[in-house]
Amino acid sequence: MTGTAGPALSTAGPQSVWFRLRWPLVAALGVVFLILFRGTLPDWAITPPELWTTNLPLPFLIFSDAFFPALTIKGSSVADWFNGIVSVLREHEIFGLFTFRDVTRGIAGLIVWPLNFSEDLLISGFSDWEIPPIPWVVTTALAGILGWYLRGWGLGLLASSCIAYCAVFGKWELAMTTLSLVLVTAPIAILIGLVLGILALKWRQFERALWPILNLMQSLPHFGYLIPIVVFVGLGHKAGAIATILFALPPMAKITILGLRGVAEEVLEAGVMAGCTRRQMLWRVRIPAARPTLMVGVNQVIMQCLAMVVISAFIGARGLGIDLLFRLQTLQLGRALESGIAIVLMAIALDRLSQALSEKEPVHRQDGPFWSVHPYLTAAGLAAAAGILLAYLVPEAGQLPREMTVTLAPQWDLIIRGVVSALYEPLSFIREYLPPYVLIPIRTFFEQLPWTVFLGAAGLCGWVLGGWRLAALVGTYIGFIVLSGWWTEAMVTTYLVFVAVVICTIFGFPVGVWASRRDRRTRVVAFLCDTFQTFPSFIYLIPVVMLFQVGTISQIMAIVVYASIPVIRYTYVGLRAVPHSMVEAAVSSGCTPSQILWKVRMPLAFPEIMLGVNQTIMFGLFMVMIAGFIGGNFDLAREIFKAKAQNDAGLGLLLALCVAFLGLTADRLISAWASRRKAQLGLA
Amino acid sequence: MAEPVILCRGLWKIYGSEPAKFLARHDSNPSPEQFEQSGHIGAVQDVNLDVQPGEILVIMGLSGSGKSTIVRCLSRLIEPTHGQVIFQGTDLLKATEKEMIEIRRHKMGMVFQNFALLPHRTVIDNVAFPLEVQGVDRAQRHERALEIIELVGLKGREKYYPRELSGGQQQRVGIARSLAVEPDVWFLDEPFSALDPLIRREMQDEFLRLQNLLHKTIIFITHDFDETVRLADRIAIMYEGRIVQLGTAEELVTKPATDYVRAFTRDIPKAKLLTVASVMGPANGARGDGPAVTDDQRIGDVAGLVIGQDKPVTVVNGSGNVVGSLTRQQVVDALFADRS
Repeated sequence: MTGTAGPALSTAGPQSVWFRLRWPLVAALGVVFLILFRGTLPDWAITPPELWTTNLPLPFLIFSDAFFPALTIKGSSVADWFNGIVSVLREHEIFGLFTFRDVTRGIAGLIVWPLNFSEDLLISGFSDWEIPPIPWVVTTALAGILGWYLRGWGLGLLASSCIAYCAVFGKWELAMTTLSLVLVTAPIAILIGLVLGILALKWRQFERALWPILNLMQSLPHFGYLIPIVVFVGLGHKAGAIATILFALPPMAKITILGLRGVAEEVLEAGVMAGCTRRQMLWRVRIPAARPTLMVGVNQVIMQCLAMVVISAFIGARGLGIDLLFRLQTLQLGRALESGIAIVLMAIALDRLSQALSEKEPVHRQDGPFWSVHPYLTAAGLAAAAGILLAYLVPEAGQLPREMTVTLAPQWDLIIRGVVSALYEPLSFIREYLPPYVLIPIRTFFEQLPWTVFLGAAGLCGWVLGGWRLAALVGTYIGFIVLSGWWTEAMVTTYLVFVAVVICTIFGFPVGVWASRRDRRTRVVAFLCDTFQTFPSFIYLIPVVMLFQVGTISQIMAIVVYASIPVIRYTYVGLRAVPHSMVEAAVSSGCTPSQILWKVRMPLAFPEIMLGVNQTIMFGLFMVMIAGFIGGNFDLAREIFKAKAQNDAGLGLLLALCVAFLGLTADRLISAWASRRKAQLGLA
Repeated sequence: MAEPVILCRGLWKIYGSEPAKFLARHDSNPSPEQFEQSGHIGAVQDVNLDVQPGEILVIMGLSGSGKSTIVRCLSRLIEPTHGQVIFQGTDLLKATEKEMIEIRRHKMGMVFQNFALLPHRTVIDNVAFPLEVQGVDRAQRHERALEIIELVGLKGREKYYPRELSGGQQQRVGIARSLAVEPDVWFLDEPFSALDPLIRREMQDEFLRLQNLLHKTIIFITHDFDETVRLADRIAIMYEGRIVQLGTAEELVTKPATDYVRAFTRDIPKAKLLTVASVMGPANGARGDGPAVTDDQRIGDVAGLVIGQDKPVTVVNGSGNVVGSLTRQQVVDALFADRS
């Protein structure tokens, strides 16, 4: 290598291959040195010694000794520290009256009321007053009319059929339970998000404090919410609701802040010139003018709620999620698929309806009789009346009896068996060769990677990209993981996500490039991405378990399926977003289509594509935790499931934070690189 | 001269890290070099202005000259750094937030470049908005709004939403909204700049028609000199935050204060602007029997006549007395000077 490198290096200028590949080369050299000289490192520099992670002079101990001598904490690891806080919150009585847990349980108790109401309304009826639930035909019709009102008859038909599927295939109660959870949690999450956003607009200080918390919340995996909730609320349906609200509110708060700040300056000035007071400015000008942006938040909250409601099955939330979880655990794949389809249909219906709501523009009405001014309200009223009458005459229109529902589970099972046996041979290649030649070497590398080297490399990247501030931030994240005592497990998780992200990129990048070349392809791929992205992540376990059973490959494949979407999307969006004038300039310079792609579009779109990879990493970290359910590696996911089984809230939170910090490390570094590169290209 | 509606004295708006201290440090008159060194930007610099009742004062300048900032300082949408703005005898810069709200509610109206309509409200609710925030009840404010909507020619569109209207129609709504409270002073910030040239022309006519009915005191911002000449009673030309000249269009053309003003006014059609009085020479003898022109006629209107004569044409004033004479050469110079 040195023989050829010598002369080439002598001409190395800014344009040479060697110059352009300088950072990959540095990294490669680093890896070579690491493999050669790892043995010379002292043990403490390779894995964090137990002495460090279990004998921490933690500030909380001092604090608790001084203020809560009753609380004795055994051990002194970070997990103990977290559990110390948890037990204070659980047991210490404020003013000797009630504990923090009493407060959280009290709040959770409040949510039972709207939950019961919506379930009575949709499923069980109000037994106290002998009012039956809404007949399924009415629910179906109303969903259709809502879709018709929001966009047109096409959406109405879609919404109706999704609801009707649940009734016909015997998923009515499960589906309506899930739906009522979403209908209760989404408005609460939206309201809290709005309030936080408004407060942030009012007080800069509050915003400054809020933003990092929201960032952290958005990178906490689902279980980071679930386990503490179990301790402070308990297992069950309402605990699922609380976890869902907490999980879904950060995007709303962020979008509220952006939306309220993004109102056109002139519109605000028009408000001031009209003589608005501050209060009038907020309620009559800012919030209404920000409506389109806020509605995007509403759509996101609804989808986040649905995803979390499904996963809340792990802590005992009822509905489609728990059915799916049970079917997967007992490997009833046909039944699992049927529940999965119900979830998917619900996701599609909710997404399209809320999207139509956010895109709906006001249209003026002409005067006339009530039915012509309000045709949709009239139709809804008529449909409800007709449906209730029908249900009165024909009970099956009110509640479909079980024997009248259909199941295609046996057929699905047949199809699954067919697909699996057809794919078994082709896929055996993956099963046989991936582990020994790819997975195990990479895992060994990550497991044996000294933490000092990882910390140093990340810190160096941070320093190069964003100065000492970024280096310190990234160093803190990784330092936390080192001291947490879960370094090896975190590295196994890193390895799983690393492999999955590499596969996602290898697969997703060409798809994105392909999709960007023709309008038609872009439309098709955009539609698929939009649709797949609305599915709750849990759904993706079904096909993976079908094809690969349980194990490491399944865990990785689940991540790949779920996390490929962002890299595909950012690739075609980035490539197509290149300013038209630059493409025209390239065409008039005589570029061939492939030259335009590789010499003009690609360099300009590359920062955007990297942001897609960043998103893929975040998605991957979320999915690696959920897929831990089928994985069986000694990673953070396994530990978090163990923590959940033991109701160890402190440990659960600690492990979730480790995942969040892994994600934030990648996110901060890639974002810093992308924004710097965009600035260099004059795109920022 | 009547009491000015708005009187503005030594007005400064400076952007930067410590604008007020910076201004005080340099005796309220920092030099361009001092601005550059300290990183401050003087958006409005030492502006003195008086706006007479019922006049249309056009503030004209290129983008970045500070014209929009001035109008926002006058209404305190932007807090000036230093100076005085006397509005009908009260110093606006000393008014409390509450007093400012009252003043804006009853005495000021403003039209914006990009219309700034509230997208979620119908035409009638947009127009009635200033009344609504005052607490006027619904029937009364809708009645008033309908009146103005009719005045601006949008009758029948009351229930439309802004996005259902064309640009010109949207700006009519903006105009109607700004007039809803019957303001004493009317600010228009480049109201027609976002419109197509043909629509712009139509809206200018509409604006003049409204002003003939309403006789408001108007401050009109624009970067379009043709528009300025069409609409203005008086013109203030701005350059780098300062008003470099304030006067009638004819004064700007005949007596430009700086080279900047001269360059700016060079290409305007003088035929329609200059009066005979500003071009003519001294009277030479009594009125002959040839044709005569009056001193307030525009050059463009008499050019054909004068150029057709071999001798100077007599100029008379309104009462028929001879006040000067006009030669062929004078007309040609006036029309084509600065063109070579």
